Amino acid sequence: MRVEGYGLVDRARPVRFSFDGQGHEGFAGDTLASALLAGGMRLMGRSFKYHRPRGVFTCGSEEPSALMTVGDTPNVRATVQEVFAGLEARSQNAWPSLKWDALEVNDLLSPFLGAGFYYKTFMGPHRLWERLFEPVIRRAAGLGALSGARDAARYEKAFAHCDLLVIGAGPAGLMAALVAARSGAEVILADEGARMGGRMLLEDEEVGGLPGTLWADEVLAELAALPNVRLMPRTTVTGAYDHGTYGALERVALHLPDGDAPRECFWRIVARRAVLAAGAIERPIAHPGNDRPGVMLAGAVRGYLHRYGVAAGKRVVVFANNDDAHRTVQDLHAAGVRVAAVVDSRPEVPRDAPWPVHAGAVVAATRGRLGLEAVQVRGAGREIWIEADCLAVSGGWNPALHLTSHMGARPVWNEAIAAFVPLPGAVPGLEAAGAAAGVMDTAGCLADGLRAGKAALKALGRRTKAVSLPEAVAEVGGIDAFWQVQAKGRAWLDLQNDVTTKDVALAAQENFRSVEHMKRYTTQGMATDQGKTSNVTALAVLADATGRSIPATGTTTFRPPYTPVSIAAMGAGALGDGFAPQRFTTSDSAARQRGAPMIEAGLWYRPSYFPAPGEATWREASDREVGMVRQAVGVTDVSTLGKIDVQGRDAGRFLDFVYTGRMSTLKPGRVRYGLMLREDGHVMDDGTAARLNDGHYLITTTTAAAGQVMQHLDFVAQVLRPDLDVSLMSVTEQWAQFAVAGPRALELVNAVTDAEITDAEWPFMSCGAVPVAGVAGRLFRISFSGERGYEIAVPARYGESLWRLLVAQAEMLGGGPYGMEALNVLRIEKGFLTHAELHGRTTAFDLGMQGMLKSEGDFIGKAGAARPGLLADDREQLVGLRPVGAVKQLLAGAHLFEAGAEAVRENSQGYVTSAGYSPTLQSYLGLAFLKGGRARLGETVRMVDHLRSVQTLCEVVAPQVFDAGGGRMRG
Amino acid sequence: MRLPCPCCGDRDIREFTYRGAALARPGEGAGIDRWDDYLHLRDNPAGAVRDLWYHGGGCGAWLVVERDTVTHAVDGARLAAEGL
Amino acid sequence: MARLIAKTPAEGLLPVEVAGVRLSEVDPGGLTSVAALGGADIGAALKAATGASLPGPGATTTGRGGARVVWFGVRHVLVMGPPVAALDGAAVTDQSDAWCTLRLDGAGARDVLARLTPLDLRPSSFAEGATARTLLGHMQASITRVEDDAYLILVFRSMAKTAVHEITEAMESRAARLRLT
Repeated sequence: MRVEGYGLVDRARPVRFSFDGQGHEGFAGDTLASALLAGGMRLMGRSFKYHRPRGVFTCGSEEPSALMTVGDTPNVRATVQEVFAGLEARSQNAWPSLKWDALEVNDLLSPFLGAGFYYKTFMGPHRLWERLFEPVIRRAAGLGALSGARDAARYEKAFAHCDLLVIGAGPAGLMAALVAARSGAEVILADEGARMGGRMLLEDEEVGGLPGTLWADEVLAELAALPNVRLMPRTTVTGAYDHGTYGALERVALHLPDGDAPRECFWRIVARRAVLAAGAIERPIAHPGNDRPGVMLAGAVRGYLHRYGVAAGKRVVVFANNDDAHRTVQDLHAAGVRVAAVVDSRPEVPRDAPWPVHAGAVVAATRGRLGLEAVQVRGAGREIWIEADCLAVSGGWNPALHLTSHMGARPVWNEAIAAFVPLPGAVPGLEAAGAAAGVMDTAGCLADGLRAGKAALKALGRRTKAVSLPEAVAEVGGIDAFWQVQAKGRAWLDLQNDVTTKDVALAAQENFRSVEHMKRYTTQGMATDQGKTSNVTALAVLADATGRSIPATGTTTFRPPYTPVSIAAMGAGALGDGFAPQRFTTSDSAARQRGAPMIEAGLWYRPSYFPAPGEATWREASDREVGMVRQAVGVTDVSTLGKIDVQGRDAGRFLDFVYTGRMSTLKPGRVRYGLMLREDGHVMDDGTAARLNDGHYLITTTTAAAGQVMQHLDFVAQVLRPDLDVSLMSVTEQWAQFAVAGPRALELVNAVTDAEITDAEWPFMSCGAVPVAGVAGRLFRISFSGERGYEIAVPARYGESLWRLLVAQAEMLGGGPYGMEALNVLRIEKGFLTHAELHGRTTAFDLGMQGMLKSEGDFIGKAGAARPGLLADDREQLVGLRPVGAVKQLLAGAHLFEAGAEAVRENSQGYVTSAGYSPTLQSYLGLAFLKGGRARLGETVRMVDHLRSVQTLCEVVAPQVFDAGGGRMRG
Repeated sequence: MRLPCPCCGDRDIREFTYRGAALARPGEGAGIDRWDDYLHLRDNPAGAVRDLWYHGGGCGAWLVVERDTVTHAVDGARLAAEGL
Repeated sequence: MARLIAKTPAEGLLPVEVAGVRLSEVDPGGLTSVAALGGADIGAALKAATGASLPGPGATTTGRGGARVVWFGVRHVLVMGPPVAALDGAAVTDQSDAWCTLRLDGAGARDVLARLTPLDLRPSSFAEGATARTLLGHMQASITRVEDDAYLILVFRSMAKTAVHEITEAMESRAARLRLT
């Protein structure tokens, strides 16, 4: 019900929205909860486990009960969601309807469904748990469901930096921000509300002679005008992390119909100092029947009145153990809302009021199926029923200190306010102020905020500009700790996970006495609200049950995030192509134009094959391309291989240290194959080293290991051998490089170079500068196909042009482009290696390359590779395979067994790393690691692929199957 | 988490790659135990550690970072090229 | 004889302008990596070759013919402008084709960048003429503040398309936010 003359909503701007298909009207400035309450709606959802009817309990982000699905987003807190025209909200966890929920039967079964019931009930058989019990339980219990559709909305991530981050824009936060801002510090003021002002917006109080909201608006206007201040409304700081890093979730456009603006933005804020002025969260008293729609926190009832002009009921009973709740009584009365009774657990309460006061009394029961109808007050030896549609409860206030626990610290008990307060210094650079620090009066909050702001300025080394403290209410209300009413019936703690005081007592009885154990046994505080309103009461109940004090019982640690953060916001921009950068070679568009399917190679995209007219399968294209290279000439883009310039007086010595072979003796104009080991003796990568001139080498890495090798070489140069004069520079991106391979390769090279290339000047493994169609290029005579091969490099700007030229010229020679499939077959035929073989667990010995380890001089991995275990004869060694059984197929990943042995893990003799069909030899070929393989050439072994159900017999052969002597590539 | 790169100043952790404890590499001819120690054996102290980080998302420097595994405090970072 | 045709890294993708922020590709003239060898002091040689003094970490200097020398890493600077062929005491590497050089300018350019880089871009920390090696999304980048509201951004040539996409996306996102108010 709206109350005339109250509230900050804009009554001139009505907003139509729907809840469960029914039309409702609110005003601009309303939340979903306030607008529904204004319409007299109390029932807003069903509880997680027992499907009990629930209403709204709070007026803030701590809301445990009023969760709804808005649009396609489940579990939206109605107390946070602002209404907008056309908003569609639906209730959750109820079927067929919110009022008639079939699974309400769970509530009748509750005697059997207490804490830990499934641990005890579903003991076995084991299989039934996964197949039957768990799915059924999951379906019965739950929150909102995901739509299953892809979330097409925009989300955003961003970074911000400041001198001072102020978290919360209530009296304390505003004062801290004001003094810091006036003193010139760069300030970010973040507040989770749509409108800043914090508790000022929910109270009827004067500050500095002005209504609190006006005072807040004046301060905010001053802050907004300062260039060194960034105001971030609708932004919840969700986590405190190391070294002044904070996570924050901004609800950018959730208060509007979906458009192209981001729904949410996840901020990483780096702040040299921070003030936590997040206020306090009220807690209830656990009494039987305290979960009915209409039972709310007293401060929230007052808040709805002042902020939204909404009376939460027509007849309100207030039940409390503290003075603050009496302000709710006064404010309701002043607004003309009937206060049916005030029930205070303390015996000494003033009784001379215009409403009935029950001192030393409690609420022992409630009534009303879908909403509160009456409460039973017990005191002075008698029980009476009082009709009420709203019960405003307060058990005191807990400082919202959560962020101070995010780095592991536990808060400390303060007896005076019967609450936990932050441990000072718990998060370096962060200081709590105001109610978050346990200061419970407005004047005190203003002063504490000013103090914290000044302290931050001092730590920042800034002089403080004078800021005067406005006058405000300085009265701290009294409180007598009171946690639970001992009476028949279920008294609820965690409203979202349906945890009762009995569940906590049961946990204690079953010896889950530690608060951490109790939490996990009962699921107290483990729902999406993380028990913000219930945790402290729950541990007080545990303390009671175990006969300990509250400080001795202790609390659980609060962990990030403070409120739920959508994965969509944290992963903003990372969907689809945004997942990782895409790297394109200069020939990319030319390859796509020819219809080449592109495959990912790390971040790069490379052509799989180049389909020709009439080819129906990739195999046809690949077979043709292999034949083309073996018989004429093929061109492929090898720009993705890592290329590193190594320069300096000690370049050769440096390379001697990182390669197993000797590169310092390489003559200018020559190229050498090299193997790099890790320090533990396993192979890291292979590639070539070309000596361009005396002090200048160019080395190549595999595509897959380019980044790793660059990091490794930087490590060696900077950490292990800073004594060497060497400079490393990646030039991968500078050069477009194309392999030209086949018997007619020399003809093709000569068709594009400006100087004649001859075998006499360019023998196998030579390199040098050549002019290529008018451009200064480089030529390397190397081969990864086993054919006569060259690699031509030009500055990348000319890459596409050279590629098109090479392909056109190749086609005139009966050749053309080839892709990764053909490239792979060509190298398997030759037994050349890729990271399928260099997978990190193989040594030079395993690869049959032990001869490449130089004996003179130290190098990376030398000592590691010499360890006896890495040289044992029964290690898995590289071999080739050819199928000889009825099935002619080989598959990478398959395991090898002795021909007669059972194909089980214990009998595995090795595994296939690479396989492909060789059109050259008209047979599948494979590379494999086989125990003691080099001594087993000629043996027949069985290949078994359990995943694809393929098995065959194959012959063990040498890895180099085609042109083992290498005559073709040496030319 | 942030690290103070001696070249670039305080930078976000995502610019860095962790390697491990800052240990001196055994010299040529060191015994197998010494190598075993260097390659495989690590202390896991609750307290001060010195480890190597690579500023690959920044200036490319290898750094020796002194930090505390209990408090998470970072006491400083310097170029590994100047000695471990 | 055929002549090769040059293409820029972001050819055909730019310029783009969204809500007052422009992203364009610029031709830096040349990009030359200059790395001091063996602890050599290359300041004088660099000055002679480019007219610019050697910038310290995070700084840039300017020289003859529009040359801009950008600090690029440990003992490493990048000369943007007329190519440098050789320099005493330094390893010199032509990188003219290795990087895509983008310019982001207009009021709001900083807000766009703040969606992509963890770098502290506040004027108090990143003044005009300041430069940084950092990340742009997941990409290694060099960012230089050349004017109050103008930045030069270098990313690997192969990632030009991703960089343009991500920056444009951030520009759109910012613009959509502006339309909210």
